Amino acid sequence: MYRYEDFDRSIVAQRVVQFRDQTRRFLAGELTEDEFRPLRLQNGLYIQKHAPMLRVAIPYGVLSTLQLRKLAHIARTYDRGYGHFTTRQNIQFNWPRLEDVPEILAELAEVDMHAIQTSGNCVRNTTSDPFAGVAADEVVDPRPWCELVRQWSTLHPEFAFLPRKFKIAITGATGDRTAILVHDIGAQAVRDAAGNVGFRVAVGGGQGRTPIIGHVIREFLPAAEILNYFDAILRVYNRHGRRDNKYKARIKILVKEMTPAAFTHRVEQEWARLCGGPGTVPPEEIERLASHFTDPPRQDLPRASLAYRAALADSRPFSQWASRNVRPHKRTGYAIVTLSLKKTGVPPGDVTAAQMDAIADLADRHSFGELRVTHEQNLVFTDVLQSELYTLWTRLKAQELATPNIGLLTDIICCPGGDFCSLANAKSIPIADAIQRRFDDLDFLHDIGEIEINMSGCMNACGHHHVGHIGILGVDKNGSEWYQVSLGGSQGLQASLGKVIGPSFAAAEVPDVIAQLIDVYIDLRHPDEVFVDTVRRAGLDPFKERVYATAH
Amino acid sequence: MPRLIKDGAVAVDRWTLAPDAYSLTDVPECVPVAVPLALWLAERGVLRARGNVGVILAPDDDPSALAEDTATLPLIAIDFPQFTDGRGYSTARLLRERYRFEGELRAIGDVLRDQLYLMAECGFDAFALREDRDPEDALRGLRDFSGLYAATARTPQPWFRRRKASSPIETFYP
Repeated sequence: MYRYEDFDRSIVAQRVVQFRDQTRRFLAGELTEDEFRPLRLQNGLYIQKHAPMLRVAIPYGVLSTLQLRKLAHIARTYDRGYGHFTTRQNIQFNWPRLEDVPEILAELAEVDMHAIQTSGNCVRNTTSDPFAGVAADEVVDPRPWCELVRQWSTLHPEFAFLPRKFKIAITGATGDRTAILVHDIGAQAVRDAAGNVGFRVAVGGGQGRTPIIGHVIREFLPAAEILNYFDAILRVYNRHGRRDNKYKARIKILVKEMTPAAFTHRVEQEWARLCGGPGTVPPEEIERLASHFTDPPRQDLPRASLAYRAALADSRPFSQWASRNVRPHKRTGYAIVTLSLKKTGVPPGDVTAAQMDAIADLADRHSFGELRVTHEQNLVFTDVLQSELYTLWTRLKAQELATPNIGLLTDIICCPGGDFCSLANAKSIPIADAIQRRFDDLDFLHDIGEIEINMSGCMNACGHHHVGHIGILGVDKNGSEWYQVSLGGSQGLQASLGKVIGPSFAAAEVPDVIAQLIDVYIDLRHPDEVFVDTVRRAGLDPFKERVYATAH
Repeated sequence: MPRLIKDGAVAVDRWTLAPDAYSLTDVPECVPVAVPLALWLAERGVLRARGNVGVILAPDDDPSALAEDTATLPLIAIDFPQFTDGRGYSTARLLRERYRFEGELRAIGDVLRDQLYLMAECGFDAFALREDRDPEDALRGLRDFSGLYAATARTPQPWFRRRKASSPIETFYP
């Protein structure tokens, strides 16, 4: 992973000093709430229902064990002993005191971490593929490019006060694990016929109250031009994006109102003036950044592990876990392991400080001291010896991190919802919990197979409900909490937005509704057809008929 | 006289800003004065001959309208109606970097200490601080950082071009 140099450290340290003084001036009454709000938001600090919430950046989801132990320390010292991993590869602390935040940021700076631009109307944390560097379908390692973009976007002086927030995702694989088409900019690294690296650039995707799939505005951008091109996109947006209505201020609205063709033309014109200038990235710089992302010192193994194969045959629980939580690695004898943060009874994405410390120990032992955060709110060990999988599984089980449900119905993406968030219309965690409890038969879960249930407590869509195979959205009806259900959304390079099936449901009805949707799928599915494909083939009608015939 | 921050120090402001001037009769004589872009474009010949006239840009004004004037204008003031309206940062960079403006580039309006460093990076060299704020205190905002990554008007080379190529790289896996 990237190791900070003195310059990186000086920026983060100066940012801490700056924010300490801003907080002091706010508490002394020298800054008004309106003046302080954008400053604290750009340091990740929200004022929530019960307490402030601090969102810490995990750039493109890469985390060292040293950093994870620091997060555990912060959870214990300044919070209530846990943290919440978000759908944008960040971690949130829900109970810090405002007065403590400068000190928390200073502690984070000790391990080269920060909360810069994790909120506010600015360029947010760049997200990426949690399997970067190890995925079998990788064309280009996105991490050096992500780090380049992290540096460029950090305190970029021109773009600190955009019309609205701005989210960038970068991937380098043929399969999308980053949801690039629902980002303000989604960049997919590709190679041309001659092997040159470039980016396929999509703009104006997003969720929220106006969900839109991103438009590809350039099929092949020479990679060295990425920063100039991003500057051009941001400049057009900064100058022309709407500022009169915050619900119409995202770049997706600008692209729509200008038309994608006219928007692209403006960007290309602007880029033409920047192309080849100081922002063009020299090959030496990419080599320098790439040298931070070399492979760990793996063993050369002649064949897949026989012990692993034997363990799979011996233990059904182990093989069940392996079938969901273990993915093939590009190197023989290694595996990618996903730690499930979706155990029934625990809010999705939540981890205790004790678990964080245990995970850090396990990552040191089994995965070269590094781990990843996924936008599905799970954690990943990228470099586990197959021969150690069984041992790792038993150790993860002891920490309640081995729920064998990755990609299954209970692996629910879920925002903090009305229990914590002041924007929410409805609770989301208890609904996720009720669904997980309803589907407690592991064999049945595995039989249902791959399905993504995404839930948001309001239309801001932090729980990505638009791209869930089943999306659940909390809505407010005359002061009570109701849930709207949509079907057929999906992430990935063929991303699609779900369609609402009809009138919303009371909280207590939701698990039954999900069960009925699953029953219809089981009745209709073809062999090897996953849930979302059945929805696409059969359409919404059979699902609607079943749900509304019985529920209403 | 109102004070402003100019070239990194508190200075006395010798300019009169006439943001509401619609015609030449609204423009005070015998003092250096800045007028809105619309008036400048309508009366460019007269105002240019008069000398000591600057231009005020609103957030949605297009700086390319001044492409022919940047070589001779002594002052351009960019208005920030709210400090959260960031359009002026792009306007400033375009004036400095694309239209080669070398005169005084002044931030006016809701101008506060915590934005000064970013504004200076984008090419502002003068700041008419909001009236209720102390310019001496705000000067500290200009020293919030000792450098950033991105290429800007004040720092034309991005960090990766300023960084010494010989600096050693410390990698994660030894």
